[in-house]
Amino acid sequence: MKNVYLSLLIMCLTVYAIRLLPFLIFRKEITNRWVRSFLYYVPYVTLAVMTFPAILTATGSVACGAAALIAGLIAAVVSGDLFIVAITCCAAVFLTGLVL
Amino acid sequence: MERSAATNAGSLTRGQWITKGLRDGFPICMGYFAVSFALGIAARAIGMNALQAGLMSAGMVASAGEFAALVLISSGAGVIEMITTCIVVNLRYFLMSCSLSQKLHPDLPLRHRFFLAYCITDEIFGLSAAVDGWLEPFYTYAITLVSVFGWTTGTVLGVLVGNILPAWAVNALSVALYGMFLAIIIPPAKKDPFIAGLVAVSMLASGLFSVLPLLREISSGFRVIILTLAIAGAAAFIHPVDLSEDNKESAS
Repeated sequence: MKNVYLSLLIMCLTVYAIRLLPFLIFRKEITNRWVRSFLYYVPYVTLAVMTFPAILTATGSVACGAAALIAGLIAAVVSGDLFIVAITCCAAVFLTGLVL
Repeated sequence: MERSAATNAGSLTRGQWITKGLRDGFPICMGYFAVSFALGIAARAIGMNALQAGLMSAGMVASAGEFAALVLISSGAGVIEMITTCIVVNLRYFLMSCSLSQKLHPDLPLRHRFFLAYCITDEIFGLSAAVDGWLEPFYTYAITLVSVFGWTTGTVLGVLVGNILPAWAVNALSVALYGMFLAIIIPPAKKDPFIAGLVAVSMLASGLFSVLPLLREISSGFRVIILTLAIAGAAAFIHPVDLSEDNKESAS
């Protein structure tokens, strides 16, 4: 395909369709207990898998990534506030970068 | 949390949900801005202009998905290859939409499903899934507005000005998204030992998948899908949740 705009349109529509289909398929509440439990657990597993070990290599320095992980875990346990935890991780990377 | 019969769940008004969404979207905006800069630089490298890259980011809102799109465009891939690669790389969004479909009030007008589908990214899904009870769609829209602004602006600037962000700033900002994930999964894990175990097992398994031979060849997108199906599937079997009508609030 030579046309960039047409290529983009095709790919944007494909990605949108992937996101849309489940919303149209599951219009009603699912009654099956296993399926409901599965869908309830999906966010926790997905986000945990995406966070670790990716956070370790996100900055190009494993030490900085590990500092972000530990600082983030502590902040999440102590405060739990989204913004505070995110900033704590950023600060941990910045400070570790200064030391190294 | 008080159970509400209205489509907007809980004790917050729609306006308060929007305010909360704009606030919660801010760390995503920062992280997206940093990450999408690299995307813009990559887009310029294959000869895309700022408009094309901006349209791509605003239309797709997917990091791995967009890097794949760049490869497809630069290699002159055919339509079938484009569609199949897009499906494979972005398949995890299918699971996320499945999960979020159960957070929508049954009486929610259909149009919201079309709007919400656009909003499903790892981060926006994470926040939307984490609310108590039914999801107020305008909370998700507010997060999306702030996030996509950062994502698209970062991409366009990446094309226009290239590598101007200092490395320390990119490094520091790029972990904001992971910090957010921790802020979503750790507080419920603190309250519920089963969730804590689930999170620990998920991280451990993901770590193993990244180091073990053969398993580490699996792309990170597929790792997310495989482990989610396996671990959430097993968890639902071992510890089914009671999600009956009377205690929807305990579902979150």
